[in-house]
Amino acid sequence: MTIRRRRLLGTAAALPLAPAAIGGLAAPAIAQRAPIRIGMITTLSGPGAALGNDIRDGFALVVKNAGGRLGGYPVEVVVADDGLRPENGRAIAERMVRRERIQVLTGIVFSNVMLAVAPVVLGPATYISANAGPSQLAGEGCNPNYFNVAWQNDNLHEAVGQYVTQQGVKRAFILAPNYPAGRDALTGFKRFYKGEVVSETYTRLDQLDYAAELAAIRAANPEAVYIFLPGGLGINFIKQYAAAGLRGRIPLYGPGFSFDQDVLPAVGDDALGCFNSSQWALDLPFPANRQFVDTFEAEYKRLPSLYASQGYDAALLIGSALAATRGEVSDRAAFNAALKRAAFQSVRGSFRFGNNNHPIQTIYMREVVKDAQGRMVNRTIGTAFENHQDAYAAQCRLPA
Amino acid sequence: MTALLFVEQTLNGLQLGVMLFMIAAGLTLIFGIMDVINLAHGSLYMAGAFVGATVTARTGSFALGVLAGAAAGALIALLLELAVIRRLYARDHLDQVLATYALILTFNEAVKVLWGPAPIFLAAPPLLSGTVEVLPGIPYPAYRLAVIAVGLAAALFLGWLIGRTRLGMLIRAGTTNRETVQALGVDIGLLFALVFALGGALAGLAGVMAGPVLAVQVGMGEQILILAFVVIVVGGLGSVRGAMAGSLLVGLADTWARALLPVLLRGLLPPAAADQVAANLGSVAVYLLMAVVLSVRPQGLFPRHA
Repeated sequence: MTIRRRRLLGTAAALPLAPAAIGGLAAPAIAQRAPIRIGMITTLSGPGAALGNDIRDGFALVVKNAGGRLGGYPVEVVVADDGLRPENGRAIAERMVRRERIQVLTGIVFSNVMLAVAPVVLGPATYISANAGPSQLAGEGCNPNYFNVAWQNDNLHEAVGQYVTQQGVKRAFILAPNYPAGRDALTGFKRFYKGEVVSETYTRLDQLDYAAELAAIRAANPEAVYIFLPGGLGINFIKQYAAAGLRGRIPLYGPGFSFDQDVLPAVGDDALGCFNSSQWALDLPFPANRQFVDTFEAEYKRLPSLYASQGYDAALLIGSALAATRGEVSDRAAFNAALKRAAFQSVRGSFRFGNNNHPIQTIYMREVVKDAQGRMVNRTIGTAFENHQDAYAAQCRLPA
Repeated sequence: MTALLFVEQTLNGLQLGVMLFMIAAGLTLIFGIMDVINLAHGSLYMAGAFVGATVTARTGSFALGVLAGAAAGALIALLLELAVIRRLYARDHLDQVLATYALILTFNEAVKVLWGPAPIFLAAPPLLSGTVEVLPGIPYPAYRLAVIAVGLAAALFLGWLIGRTRLGMLIRAGTTNRETVQALGVDIGLLFALVFALGGALAGLAGVMAGPVLAVQVGMGEQILILAFVVIVVGGLGSVRGAMAGSLLVGLADTWARALLPVLLRGLLPPAAADQVAANLGSVAVYLLMAVVLSVRPQGLFPRHA
């Protein structure tokens, strides 16, 4: 009996570990010369699958629109699923870099996977991050072979801290899961927030029910609530926030991750009127963005998310570098120098790299509304930062 | 913390508890009677939520969605029993764990193929989407009250079924001594299939009921299954009464720890340290409860008489 129970609990504890699944997807390549192979390690199974799915689709869209080419040169995108497990990501990276000799990689969604993969790929290959932006790779640990085309992890949180301060919020209730990225998020928020933090609450990473925290929020009656709750956690919280009658009474803020197209259709009206930050928005008026949104919707029959925009920009960036190096990627220094120029039309308007190969860019504030067709979308309502650079760039010794 | 806030948090704990009960009851019956560890029980919960959400979206009726979710749970459980679980009764627990873990992966991929990787939408019916003033100054979500009502109704129904009917008598007998029941000429295959379907229906029901509160997404079953395992170990394996007691204890311990600890600790420590310690203690409250219960009653609160 005792042994049986122990085994039962052991198996229950092993549950959240999702399996590895490896798939290959080859972009069509019609070419005289061998196509340039680009490795995409991303999360395509488990609860984070929608994010990796959008990065992959955004990237593939650029390749498809250009007839299987980037920067005029035929490419082959090799896709593999890390299942949100760092050890899987690392094994795939080793296979791609050491066995298949792939020299350009991208696609990782989660920072823990990124940190496991970085030591394997940086050097033999150049990595262009389309999402994960851990501080470890932005400050002292920055690397000439690592570029981030999305953001440094703190940026969107900093933006909301800045924006609510501009809005004159004096009392904020802030909440995140109790794990490194959760604590970093609230640190980022507080870096630019000047008012009082009435409570800094950390919840379990596997928490489903937020009733206890919602009651505490009602009792504290703050002027703003800031949450960083990725994926399903955010959906749970936003639904419960509305059901508790708090929506419309206390403004709810978050980073764009909790309020984008991967989440909004599942939350519905409960998200209306929530505010969030992002480096990109559906309604940004730039021609490159209009083309991106229109072709994405035509191709995939859904609206793109910020993750899709990041995958799309990563492909454009790689294309710009390939065009500059005439399709040559084995001269690492020349390819990296071409990437650093960022000579591409980003969907988010102005974009350039700082000395640490992370973006210097505008961060927008958005509000969740319904569009003319009744779909849940974000409307841009202002900017929190212009030409914003991350807090770690000064510790990086790479030249500008 | 005021008395009113305490009442509200107790309601929250109760609601989490009955939700857990609907999943744990099936899990504990299947384990108690068939001696099968079914890790795929959470997949039935997920299936209930997805089918319920789809039917609600198509028909516009949440009630139909609830029925469809429970029916889907029962039907899939029945098919599962016939196709896979039936072959596992004679195997040891490790084989069962491996096979049902494979089922989790299969179900998750199947849902991804059918519904896509993004979470889907399910809202409470308009009638239940507001708040109710349960006590002066405490607006409480009407839907959560409905969850409590449905959960308690399910518990009463199970209590009646197991305590007062012939089927229940056979189930109780099966939990205590399977071989004797079989020797007395009871069609044990049919009994097992019925219990499996019953567990599946409850899990499916829990899935739809959870939909408006939680994200309906791939992998939702595994998150709640871990708590359900804690519940049945605390309550005593195979006991429905134990599952009820365990669910309520786990629900209340989890909610109270999260609600009360920050307030208590803020009186003792500086705010930042208090928040940090409260977060860490709150995370392990459920497991502390389990450790304490097991050290006092190693067979759980209501052990079956093996």
